[in-house]
Amino acid sequence: MPAVEVNHIIKSYADKVVVNDLAFSVNQGEIFGLIGPNGAGKTTTIRMLMDIIKPDSGDVTILGEKLTEASKNKLGYMPEERGLYRKLSVIDSIIYLASLKGMDRHEAEEKADELLNQTGMLASKRRKIEELSKGMGQIIQFIITIIHDPELVILDEPFGSLDPVNIELLKSMFLDLRNQGKAIILSTHQMNQVEELCDRILMIDNGHSVLYGNLTEIKSRYRSHSVILDFEGELAQIQGVTLKRAHKGYVELVLDRNTTPKQVLEQLVSSGVVVNRFEVATPSLNEIFLEVAGKNYG
Amino acid sequence: MGKILLIFRHEFLHTVKRTGFIILTLALPLLALLAIGVFHLVSGIAKPPTEVTRIGYVDEVGGFDQFTTQESITLVRFDTPEAATQSLIKKDIKEYLVIPSDFISTGIINRYTIQKEVTPPTATTAVIKNFLSSNLLSGKVSADTIARVEAPLNLITITLTSTGAVASEQGGLTNLIIPGIFSLLLALSLSFSSAYVLQSLGEEKENRLMEILLSSVSTRQLTIGKVLGIGTAGLAQVVVWTISIPFLLNLASSSIGGFISTIQLPTYFLVLGVAYFILGYLLFAVLSAGVAAISTTVREGQGLASILTLFAAAPFWFFSLLLAFPNSPVWVVFSIFPFSAPVLVMLRLGVAGVPGWQLAVSIAVLVLSIVGGLLLVAKLLRTYILMYGKRPSLGEIFRNLMIG
Repeated sequence: MPAVEVNHIIKSYADKVVVNDLAFSVNQGEIFGLIGPNGAGKTTTIRMLMDIIKPDSGDVTILGEKLTEASKNKLGYMPEERGLYRKLSVIDSIIYLASLKGMDRHEAEEKADELLNQTGMLASKRRKIEELSKGMGQIIQFIITIIHDPELVILDEPFGSLDPVNIELLKSMFLDLRNQGKAIILSTHQMNQVEELCDRILMIDNGHSVLYGNLTEIKSRYRSHSVILDFEGELAQIQGVTLKRAHKGYVELVLDRNTTPKQVLEQLVSSGVVVNRFEVATPSLNEIFLEVAGKNYG
Repeated sequence: MGKILLIFRHEFLHTVKRTGFIILTLALPLLALLAIGVFHLVSGIAKPPTEVTRIGYVDEVGGFDQFTTQESITLVRFDTPEAATQSLIKKDIKEYLVIPSDFISTGIINRYTIQKEVTPPTATTAVIKNFLSSNLLSGKVSADTIARVEAPLNLITITLTSTGAVASEQGGLTNLIIPGIFSLLLALSLSFSSAYVLQSLGEEKENRLMEILLSSVSTRQLTIGKVLGIGTAGLAQVVVWTISIPFLLNLASSSIGGFISTIQLPTYFLVLGVAYFILGYLLFAVLSAGVAAISTTVREGQGLASILTLFAAAPFWFFSLLLAFPNSPVWVVFSIFPFSAPVLVMLRLGVAGVPGWQLAVSIAVLVLSIVGGLLLVAKLLRTYILMYGKRPSLGEIFRNLMIG
């Protein structure tokens, strides 16, 4: 049973179609990247998943059923626009918001202690939210998102105000959650984070789905039929190479349609060149996005 | 229901712990105590002097020579204004009057004093009037008639029922006191409680908490829990004030006047008071939630909501007209108009009573307004509560409400 199943949802505001016929699914035990530029329709899509707003048409199934008040307790959501009660203490904020997810106060406080300790925030337990830095507040919000052990976790731009240490902390916690079989939807425009964490992605632009599927397969689909070579010695003429592009520290060799990377490597080895690095060039997600989005705008 | 209770509990506790709420709850009884204390102090200082006050007079008409002792004032005759002035400078007398020779035709009396005043003291004026009328009538009519001329009217009104029996409630000032105080408290409580709803929702919107809350609860659960939680805190405030009223009245009646202890509070007034508080609060709270939905900041919302609370206080602006013309059809219209109904009906109950049919229509319109308001506000909340940065125009709001 997929954690999320979205069937052709459409949402318009006034005359503008914000989400246009999106269909995708998210499996349990995977990190799913929902990516796209600002204003692409990511947050609107997530709000429809959370039943905060209703689609004009199409439907959404969460954990095999339409979202109800009871099944909201199985979801953890950290929105992009986020805040907390500034005058409340850290622990009171966590307990109140955890209680709205069905936890009792005692259980919530125990779990809060555990998570605060794990994130190095236990000393701030009694501090008021307004006394915390933006990054610390964001960690507290992440704790609130996962404290009730949700089956599906939706994170909208989760790395916004974090320093590199806390980004690494959160990433390791995301991977732990995935290993526990939770489904995680990671919405961001930071493509490097998606490449590092996500198993599958949906790329949207102007409300449309422009790329959807396994990240490795997508990257392989968009590879440019070239290889990256870092070498020592004199590079002779290589059969099947149509173009050499020199970069700092390496050369990119563009192959013709009939030549494989293996054939090029064999030629290099036989020519006596010392090969330090040889790999099939795959474009970054950012480059793929620019190519796809460029086509749409072109 | 469970989540509504959680929100209710959170909002109630959050509201009663606010410094502003605690100060306001305690401030009214404390201010009343202070007012009673000040009254004691002032009345103690300003008690009528036991020593005799001497007022001089020059009689240029002739014949004003009797009744020169009136209460604690003695009138001393002088032959000329100059002699009276000398005596005033020496402080033998407090002031003096000149009864000019044409007094009978003009009624003019000249009063000379070295004290600065806004108006002559009431007691002095009364004494002068009695002195003049007594001397003018002396020897022409009996002493009883003179007494009647001095105090001609002691009006006692008796209200009858439609069957001609003496009504159990006789109206008057004593019957107006409790409705007056209650209406004032009601207007204050409606304004403050609905302001708390606005502030609470506005803060959650401004702090970007709304989306986190809506991932756990629906807008309906959030609105109901919040309105009831804050409303209960408002009701608790009114209860504290109401409990303090009998104590304060007892304290006041010992000094201000015995009539206060004669005040009776009919049961129907209490029932209607609670009903109008609940209905009035629900209407104002629901509309405040709508204002919070379309406002980008709490401050902006407070500006918009102040227009609503003006309606709640409006009956006090026209209080003197209400006293003068208690049966005007204008009051009937505004007793049915839902924004002014709660406070105006309470005031009218004290002034002249409100017919049953008007109460029924007023309550029915309030209930319908609350239901209609809830439906409209639910739409506004769904559409605008997650919209930040830009307040929608009235036209846009209207279009969205029409589309649904």
